[in-house]
Amino acid sequence: MFGLSALDLARVQFAFTMSFHILFPAITIGMASYLAVLELCWLRTKRQVYVDLYHYWLKVFAVTFGMGVVSGIVMAYQIGTNWGYLSEFAGSILGPILSYEVLTAFFLEAGFLGVMLFGWNRVGPGLHFAATCAVAVGTLISSTWILAANSWMQTPQGFAIEGGRMVPQDWLAIIFNPSFPYRLVHMVIAAYLTTALIVGASAAWQLLRKRDNPAVRKMLSMAMWMILLVAPIQAVVGDFHGLNTLKHQPAKLAAMEGHWQNEGDRAVPLLLFGVPDMEEERTKYAVGIPHLGSLILTHSWDGQFKGLKEFPRADRPNSLIVFWSFRLMVGLGLLMILLGAWSLWLRRGGRIFDKPWFLRFALWMGPAGLVAILAGWVTTEVGRQPWVVYGVLRTADAVSPHGAAPLALTLMIFIVSYFFVFGAGTLFVLRMIRKGPQHFALQSQPEGGPGEGRTPMRPISAANVRNDDEGGR
Amino acid sequence: MHLDLTVVWTGVIFFAVFMYVLLDGFDLGIGMLFPFMPERGDRDTMMNTVAPVWDGNETWLVLGGTGLLAAFPVAYAIILSALYLPLCFMLVGLVFRGVAFEFRFKAKEGERHLWDKAFIGGSVVASFFQGVSLGAFLDGIAVSGRSFAGGPLDWLAPFPLLCGFGVMVAYTLLGVTWLIMKTEGELQARMVKVARPFALLLLAAIVIVSIWTPWRDPAVAARWFTFPNIVLLAPVPILVGVAIVLLLRTLAREPHRGPFIAALGLIFLGYSGMAISIWPHIVPPAISIWEAASPRSSQGFALVGTLAILPVILAYTGWSYWVFRGKVKADAGYH
Repeated sequence: MFGLSALDLARVQFAFTMSFHILFPAITIGMASYLAVLELCWLRTKRQVYVDLYHYWLKVFAVTFGMGVVSGIVMAYQIGTNWGYLSEFAGSILGPILSYEVLTAFFLEAGFLGVMLFGWNRVGPGLHFAATCAVAVGTLISSTWILAANSWMQTPQGFAIEGGRMVPQDWLAIIFNPSFPYRLVHMVIAAYLTTALIVGASAAWQLLRKRDNPAVRKMLSMAMWMILLVAPIQAVVGDFHGLNTLKHQPAKLAAMEGHWQNEGDRAVPLLLFGVPDMEEERTKYAVGIPHLGSLILTHSWDGQFKGLKEFPRADRPNSLIVFWSFRLMVGLGLLMILLGAWSLWLRRGGRIFDKPWFLRFALWMGPAGLVAILAGWVTTEVGRQPWVVYGVLRTADAVSPHGAAPLALTLMIFIVSYFFVFGAGTLFVLRMIRKGPQHFALQSQPEGGPGEGRTPMRPISAANVRNDDEGGR
Repeated sequence: MHLDLTVVWTGVIFFAVFMYVLLDGFDLGIGMLFPFMPERGDRDTMMNTVAPVWDGNETWLVLGGTGLLAAFPVAYAIILSALYLPLCFMLVGLVFRGVAFEFRFKAKEGERHLWDKAFIGGSVVASFFQGVSLGAFLDGIAVSGRSFAGGPLDWLAPFPLLCGFGVMVAYTLLGVTWLIMKTEGELQARMVKVARPFALLLLAAIVIVSIWTPWRDPAVAARWFTFPNIVLLAPVPILVGVAIVLLLRTLAREPHRGPFIAALGLIFLGYSGMAISIWPHIVPPAISIWEAASPRSSQGFALVGTLAILPVILAYTGWSYWVFRGKVKADAGYH
């Protein structure tokens, strides 16, 4: 299909199902913590606005969680269907880590999620808050396992190779591998930013429609504080992550910078624009700021780092892709910092709630977190090529022995069905968000009926609204 | 004592997959019964019988998958590569089914029929291709060394396709008997009527598999038909007979739980029979559980968490079924 080899198709397919999946957990990780904060504020202040916001975002959380579960089932099988040799060679390390992730998620889903989603009127406020916190912590534990597995593939250690396959030697070294802490923190913060941007955008949308109320103002304010504080922290964490990459995956970093070779002992510029060409081994139309590359990556005025030409052609990741995916991520990050700073500026005198240009900016930044997450993952995953387990196993050797035809067929089926199914789901979430926070009656009794009556445990059924324009029941 | 973790893990995976068949089987069966029950009210009631509990059911499938990767990476690699197409079709089916389950209740009137179709299609596709995968697995997977060595369409053969229909029948029977237990009135009466033919169809499927597999593979024949196995394993076919008699008898007079329990027993026996046939292989006919096993350090590490968390999950699952026990009234639906 389109001249793609079976290996390309296996990669595209995995990238597609994975990218779709990651969007949902990214939202639920951030949203769960946001809900915990909202509930804590409610317990502390007893102000109605926090309860209203809690139940408004709880519905979004529930539907997103449900879609994450459904798309996650596919991921448990895609590793084996597409990467058979990887599974066989490294399964004894990846398998236990992923099993722990599933057990954590399972445990969380089985226990606390039900209380969080449906227990408001059935358990005491303290216990309900504990359930919300348990879910929030559970999503973080889940991400910890997933990122441990991914980071281990990027910076593998703690194993031996015996009889043609990997054998774990030291589980602590495997889990706490060199890139793990940076990647974990970077991803969790990204999830928080994503949530803050979505919350901020939905508040901005309401305000632009002149639907002004204390709950909308509160969520805009909370989101902007979060972005103001966290977006700069993310930039610092990203810098540390970059230095870690430079140390352990220098070829990835050279590709991200479109840096081919050092000239004499000249400092490395930071390229703002360029078209890296893998054949000609140079970055065309390069526009850069002198010394800035050295400054950022070596923290010195004239420092140098390895260029792509220092690596054999067969070991170079595609610079064109990662150069631009990285710039997309960083560019969005800078816009997030700008949004936070602008919000601080406008806070004086409460102008934050009625400056249309600011609100429009906040609205358009709504999906920026999700886009930045995808761009970041593209950078790190394409950047680790041609390795799947860095320096140990090449992607080309890891693939299952399929022809192009079955892969192309299933890829098309995945694309069509994902856009249909999750497109409908996303539309549903957007309709829910559009309604805005509603007044939550504290003394209301739970409604009857299966899925409602006693203790339902389906995440999506917490979104107790009909998917039509007339609104909730 | 040197505990053989490989055997323990075989038990865990056997259990997880059976839990999946047990719990998701009747959900999928209900999806396949939808085309025969066009009334909106009936459909709502049918869905409401499983609505509170179905979501956790699929998780057993994920647990089986990652457990297999952790404990038997070679088997995971070979089986998932060999069954690439049927498994992908199954996964897409489960995606449609899972999302349709939820959005059907929330859809606008004009859109509901779309989600009904997605629910039916997803259930049929997922069930059929689970069966095809099972059949292709039992039929033997071409292996060279530790890798899959067959073609992409190896599963497109009479036996796997037959197993596809067999699993559809088995799940439908589970769905029918579940509804007999959970509903009343006219809906229940209709289910009682169709239960008998499905039970006989499933019996036929079990008989065909029981003849086919030993006929294809002398090792399977030796497992069942040599002394002393023929005596030791005799309870399996005898109990199949007992289960089917119980099923038909309980159907005959005011049935409640009886048919569902008998159907579960029947499916458990069939499932165990397959395991007995292939033991100790995890990729028939060539690779044994020990050859496919991951190192002891992997199996041990993963087992600690599994054994700690599984009992909690089981307790919670049991509790939620207890909470939602009893008949579902036709008017107790969502609206």
